[in-house]
Amino acid sequence: MTDLTLQQNAGTPPKLVVSGLHKTYGATVALHPTDLTLRSGEFMTLLGPSGSGKTTLLMMVAGLLQADGGELSIDGHKATYAPPWERGIGMVFQNYALFPHLTVFENIAFPLRMRRMPEAEIRREVARVLEIVQLPHTAQRQPRALSGGQQQRIALARCFVFKPSFILMDEPLGALDKKLRDQLQLEIKHLHKSLGITILYVTHDQEEALTMSDRICLMNGGRIEQLGTPAELYFEPATVFAADFLGESNFLEGKVRSNSPDGLVIDAVGGAISGAGNFAAGSAVKVMVRPESVRAALKPVEGWNAVPGTVRETIFVGGVTRHYIELADGGTVVALELTDRRTQPADPGREVFATWPVSATVVLAAEKGKMP
Amino acid sequence: MSLAASSRGAGRPSRLRQFTGRWGKLAPVLFFLLLLILYPVGKLLSLSFQGPGGVFSLQAYERLFASSVYVQVMVVTLKISFWTTLATVVISYPVARAIARLPGATRNRLMFWVQLSFWCSFLIRTFGWMVLLNRNGFISQTLQYLQIVDGPIDLLYSAPSVIVGMTHAMVPLCILTMVPVMEGIDENLSKAGMTLGGRPGSVFWRVYFPLSLPGVTAGALLVFITSLGFFIVPAFLGSRHETMITQLIIEQVQEYLNWGFAGALSLLLLVAALVIFTIYDRLLGISTLTGSSDRGVKAGAGPGWAGLIGLKICAGLGHVSDMLFSAIDRIFGNRGAGKPRRSGAGLEWAVVLAILAFLILPALIMVPVSFTAGSRINWPPEGFSLRWYQGLLDSPVWLQAATRSVIVALGAATLAMLIGTPAAFAIARQKLPGRTLILALVLSPLIIPRMVIAVALFYFYAQIGLVGSYAGLIVGHAVLAIPYVVITVMAVLKSYDTRYDQAAWNLGARPTQTLRFITLPLIKGGLISAFLFALITSFDELTIALFVTGGLTTTLPKQMWDDAINVATPILAAASTLLLVFVAVITLLIHRLQTKEQK
Repeated sequence: MTDLTLQQNAGTPPKLVVSGLHKTYGATVALHPTDLTLRSGEFMTLLGPSGSGKTTLLMMVAGLLQADGGELSIDGHKATYAPPWERGIGMVFQNYALFPHLTVFENIAFPLRMRRMPEAEIRREVARVLEIVQLPHTAQRQPRALSGGQQQRIALARCFVFKPSFILMDEPLGALDKKLRDQLQLEIKHLHKSLGITILYVTHDQEEALTMSDRICLMNGGRIEQLGTPAELYFEPATVFAADFLGESNFLEGKVRSNSPDGLVIDAVGGAISGAGNFAAGSAVKVMVRPESVRAALKPVEGWNAVPGTVRETIFVGGVTRHYIELADGGTVVALELTDRRTQPADPGREVFATWPVSATVVLAAEKGKMP
Repeated sequence: MSLAASSRGAGRPSRLRQFTGRWGKLAPVLFFLLLLILYPVGKLLSLSFQGPGGVFSLQAYERLFASSVYVQVMVVTLKISFWTTLATVVISYPVARAIARLPGATRNRLMFWVQLSFWCSFLIRTFGWMVLLNRNGFISQTLQYLQIVDGPIDLLYSAPSVIVGMTHAMVPLCILTMVPVMEGIDENLSKAGMTLGGRPGSVFWRVYFPLSLPGVTAGALLVFITSLGFFIVPAFLGSRHETMITQLIIEQVQEYLNWGFAGALSLLLLVAALVIFTIYDRLLGISTLTGSSDRGVKAGAGPGWAGLIGLKICAGLGHVSDMLFSAIDRIFGNRGAGKPRRSGAGLEWAVVLAILAFLILPALIMVPVSFTAGSRINWPPEGFSLRWYQGLLDSPVWLQAATRSVIVALGAATLAMLIGTPAAFAIARQKLPGRTLILALVLSPLIIPRMVIAVALFYFYAQIGLVGSYAGLIVGHAVLAIPYVVITVMAVLKSYDTRYDQAAWNLGARPTQTLRFITLPLIKGGLISAFLFALITSFDELTIALFVTGGLTTTLPKQMWDDAINVATPILAAASTLLLVFVAVITLLIHRLQTKEQK
């Protein structure tokens, strides 16, 4: 397999095209009709809370769950109801699913044996991938004799040894501790780059999704909530859910006063807020701003949005300091600033303004009954 | 020094305290089993080495091997046990697999039917097969009705009928042994196999089957051991050509009172059982019997040559079944990525339900027979009447037998609980030297063929005058029930979080208070099921009762056995039906408790 990078993908057909795929269990809809395209060479993450439909979608792509309707095609071939063993896509399971009665060598050889590869070639290929994951000495061991991280790498090796069209990963790092998880995230990302593998990754961990993905497909309630690059999802969330799920966010309730070419003016607690977006005057909105954009200031900054409030608490969290500012309506805005030795902790009870640039203001449609 | 004197626990506990703390809970069970299992069995075996006048002699063994009759019986016993084991494993496997894979509610429902047939008396089920297989029985009549055969056919009194009856008796045990192993197999492994390119046949034979093998082996060994000691089925369903070794022991004891020869036969049976059990222990470890499979498959230094050959065979089987499946798919046009696949789930269900029907129906057939107006056990029942139930109520013999059974069962279950529960605590929680040995002793009533225990107890009771007494029967049954109590209580304790106890101690509760207010209330469900297991074991017990009761002191199973041997009127069917209802109620109670505990 030669190196493929994102740049040369324009000509290659998509690895996976999902259109209108859906699944229902009795009265519960696990996945509403969904469209999704996985480009060749990309690292896409299905991100969402449990029950959001990400695992259902993954299982249907793997062929382990039969769709109720819709279509999916792999490498341009229709594969909606193809059995898993004919799909030629790899899958790394949450608990690795290494066969406990087979050695590491036999585990990795399994997909090659299923493809009736000659013995000599099997030996060569297994040795090759063991080199790639840097575990050549473990070939004759039993999987349970390996550490979690090593098992993870063997599971990966078993997956890409048969050169699958792309690889599915179902929360593969969920069982590991934080330090190892961070290390393996980088390793997987590195393998993705150097081997040019296309990966469809499932996780509920937003930090993991931000770290690893080229694109994130955020799912909620059996639907795709938003699809985009990590930066798009972080800076331009399309919904309150998206804003709330990725990163930390402050929300203010408001009502659009006017919509002009210069932008929106929104009535919120403590005054007018400027923003951008396509909302009719009078519609209820939510104003979102990330804590790192907010400052606690004694007077409003010229040209910035500002709401008055009272400092309730200031917490030193090492590299950053967090100010909790209570607004007139009882709501709280968090302001995050880099800690400086000279920064004096603001006295609790002090009257301040929570202020942030207009460019950092995100205006979202207020969702009914869904308070984040 | 007043401070030192008032601070209790400042010094190490005395050696005596340590000793009683460690062995106190085990002492009753060890004493009980040494006195009632090891001593009598040892005594019986030593009798087999005594000639006339009590001198050492191999006379009994010379006689055993002198005539081909006895050797022939041993060969027949082994043969029947072998075929029974094979049939049992093949029939049990799909059901066990279904139970292990199904979600909660359906799984529990299947489990109930398996448990019901597990606890349903061998006697009743054997009677059921008599009704099914005899000349005027269900199958013969049905075949005639369908004009497949011309006249009545006799399916009874042959090796196949014995094997069918024994297989039927053994399948529940085998399923219950296999299920825990299969439940330990991660479903993702089969899925992973498929995403790696394995077709269902290959995935089953290369991944699932090798992983389920410990369960298969354990089930097979237990079935084989139990089969060696069978006497009810061959007695009623076999001819003299199917006589098994335990029937010879009964004959020697009941008709000739030849203890030496009975002892020699017992030794033979015991040795066979122990050899097989040693293999079991080597393969799986004895603790798998208590559900604590800390070892699982002995993970050695990789597979030996036997393992490699096994894997090759599995690979071959996988290839063959893949070709078979794809041929079937081609014939039925069940192919292609464009349309939904039909799964094999329907066929799997049909097989499982057919096997469950095979398990349940033979016992249920006694119900319609019990309402016959005729005077023989026949199919179809002639008319409808309650005369045989009336007959039961009018018969002092049956009523007394039933009363006696209830009293004995309650007594035996209580005794087994009092002795077995502390032992379970000790084995489950304490670090004990020789733990395996202790476990082996506690489980020995399951390992030693019941017939050997029964004959040994008979001899022992005869010496101390306990034959025909309540006490003898209660104590004997308690011995048999202890392993069930220990296994059940240990299983509950395994899932019990000892931090509750630690929290209680920390809050100031003494050990006895902790036990009373925290531990016992929390494991109440398990204790009740243990009690019910013991109750049912005693209520259903025939082997010990066969020898130590008689005349006016019979129990219900003994009375049924006598009746079946002598006259076999439909009163037997009526008694079976009532017993069936009783067992069903108890099983349901146990089942309720267990499913409640899962939640």
